[in-house]
Amino acid sequence: MSAPLLETENLSIAFGGVKAVDGVSLKVQPRRIHSIIGPNGAGKTTLFNLISGLYQPSSGRVRLAGEDVTGLPPDALARRGLSRSFQNLQIFFRMSALDNVMVGRHQHEKTSLLSHVFALPSVSRENARSREMAMALLERVGLADLAGKEAGSLSYGALKRLEIARALATEPRILLLDEPAAGCNAIETEEIDRVIQSVAASGIAVLLVEHDMRLVMRISDEILVLERGRTLVSGTPAEVRDDPRVIAAYLGTFGSAEANRA
Amino acid sequence: MARLLSSRWAIVLGLGLVLAALPFLFPSNYYFRVAAIVNIFALAAVGLNLLMGYAGQVSLGHAGFMGLGAYSVAIGATHFGLHGLAAAGIGAVLSGLVAFLVGRPILRLKGHYLAVATLGFGLLIAMALTNEASWTGGPDGMGVPRLEVFGTRLRGPDTWYYISAGVLLLGVMLALNLIESPTGRAMRAIHDSEIASRVAGIDVASYKLKIFVVSAVYASVAGSLMAFLNGHITPDGTAGFLRSVELVTMVVLGGLGSIIGAIAGAAVLVILPQALTIFHDYEHLMLGLMIMASMILLPRGIVPSLLARLRGGKS
Repeated sequence: MSAPLLETENLSIAFGGVKAVDGVSLKVQPRRIHSIIGPNGAGKTTLFNLISGLYQPSSGRVRLAGEDVTGLPPDALARRGLSRSFQNLQIFFRMSALDNVMVGRHQHEKTSLLSHVFALPSVSRENARSREMAMALLERVGLADLAGKEAGSLSYGALKRLEIARALATEPRILLLDEPAAGCNAIETEEIDRVIQSVAASGIAVLLVEHDMRLVMRISDEILVLERGRTLVSGTPAEVRDDPRVIAAYLGTFGSAEANRA
Repeated sequence: MARLLSSRWAIVLGLGLVLAALPFLFPSNYYFRVAAIVNIFALAAVGLNLLMGYAGQVSLGHAGFMGLGAYSVAIGATHFGLHGLAAAGIGAVLSGLVAFLVGRPILRLKGHYLAVATLGFGLLIAMALTNEASWTGGPDGMGVPRLEVFGTRLRGPDTWYYISAGVLLLGVMLALNLIESPTGRAMRAIHDSEIASRVAGIDVASYKLKIFVVSAVYASVAGSLMAFLNGHITPDGTAGFLRSVELVTMVVLGGLGSIIGAIAGAAVLVILPQALTIFHDYEHLMLGLMIMASMILLPRGIVPSLLARLRGGKS
C-alpha cells in the first residue's frame, strides 16, 4: 500500500479530565473513503477538530503527506491541502453562494493588497478565474442555479453541498466531511453520495463522519468505529458490520435510535 | 435600480456628479466649508466602514489616526519645513505603521474587548498630542501653514471643497476596488465566520491587520485635509474621543457595509447639528432624538434600509 496521505498517531485530547479522543491512530490513503462512525458523543467531531487544527491535541501526532502538522492552524493546513465541512454549518451567510465558494479559492489567488486597491487588470483576471472555477464547483454539487442567491436564504440541504463546494475550491488533497448527509432528504443524500464518490475518484482522500449507515456501508473503503473516544474496531465495511463488539455497541446505543428513526 | 447602484462605476460616477453639482446650490462660502467637512469625515468613515462594516472589527480610537494625519501636516511644516503634501504623505505612512504595530496585539481581541483596547489607543494619541506642548502647542493646538502648490496658496473653503471632494472620490473608488477583490471577499468571510475563513485558507489575523492599516491611512489623510482646511488644529478637535465616537456613529447610522452609507452618515452627522441650531438650547436634545429615531426606523443604517425598501417595493 502507498504511503498514507493523512496519518494520526495516538491522537488524544482531554477536556477537564474527560478524554474526548483517546489514542486514536488512523491512516487515510488518496482515492479512498475512510469513514468514522460511532454513537453520539463518541468523539467523531472532536477528532475532526483535532485533525483540522481547530483543537490542539493533548498528545499524539498528525502527519499530512509525511509532514508533521500537529498543532498547525487551519489556514496553514488548508495551504497544505486539507479542507473540511462542518456538522453545524459554517457558512458565510451574507455572501452569495458563488462568493462562498470563491472564498475557497483564496489561497490560490496571488495578487497583492496594493493591486486589489488599484484594481489592476491582474485582479479582474483573477476574479474571473476564481468565479469560473467556483461556478464549475457549484455545478458539480448541483447548485449552479442558486449561484447568485444569498447563502442565508438557501435550504439546509443546499448549504451542506455549498460547504462541500467551498472545501473543494481549496483544491484539497484530503477532504474531511462531518455528517454531510445530516438533515438531507433522499434526493439530496443521493447527490451527496455521488459527489463524495467522484471526489474520491479524482484522487482526493476522503475522511467521512456520517450517521446514515446505508451511505457509509455503501461508499466506504474502510471504517473506524469510535466509542467514548477510543477506537473500538477498524476495518472494511464487511468486517465492521459483522464484528460482535460493533453490534453490541450499536444495539446498546444508537442502534436503538436508528431503529426508532426508521 | 438596485443593480445599477451596486455597480462600482455607477457609484463613482453618481457620487462625482453629486459632488460637482452641489456647489451650484451653495449660496455662500459657509456652505462650501460645511460640505468640505462632510467630505473629510466621509473619507474617514469610508475607511472605518471597511474595518467595521466589511471585516466586522470595531475601532473606538480611529480619530487617533486623524490626529496623526493632522499633526503630521502641522508639525512637518512648522518644525521641519516640509512641504504640506510631503508631510501628509509621511503622516499616512506613519499612521499605517502605527496601526500595524498597535493592531498586531489588539486585533486578537474580539467585540467589546477590542472596542475598549482601541478606545485606549485613541485616548493615548489624544493625550500625547496634548502633553507634548513643545511640538504640538498643547491643548490650545497649533497653526497649520497654508498649503502652496505650484506657487498658488490653497485657501478658501471653496478650494478645499473641491480638493476634499476629489480625494473622497478617489477614496471611494479604491474602497470599492478593494471590496470586489480577493481581499474584499476575505474581509466579508471573516465577518461571517472566522472558523470557516481559516479552514478556507485565510490567515484571519493578517487580514484584520491589513484592513486596520488601510482604514488608518484613510483616517490619516482625512486628518491632514482637516488641518489644511481649518488652518488650526487641536488635540480634541482631531483626535479626541468624541471624534472617534462620531466616526463610529457615521458608519453605523449610514449603514455598516455600505460605502455610500458612510458618506450619508457623515453628511447627516455634520450637517444636522448646523441645521438644528434653530432649536437653540434644545439642539443636542434634537440631535440625540433624531439619531435614535433613525436607528429605530432604519435599523440597518440609512442607505441599506432605504435600498431594501426600494427593492421590496419593486418586487
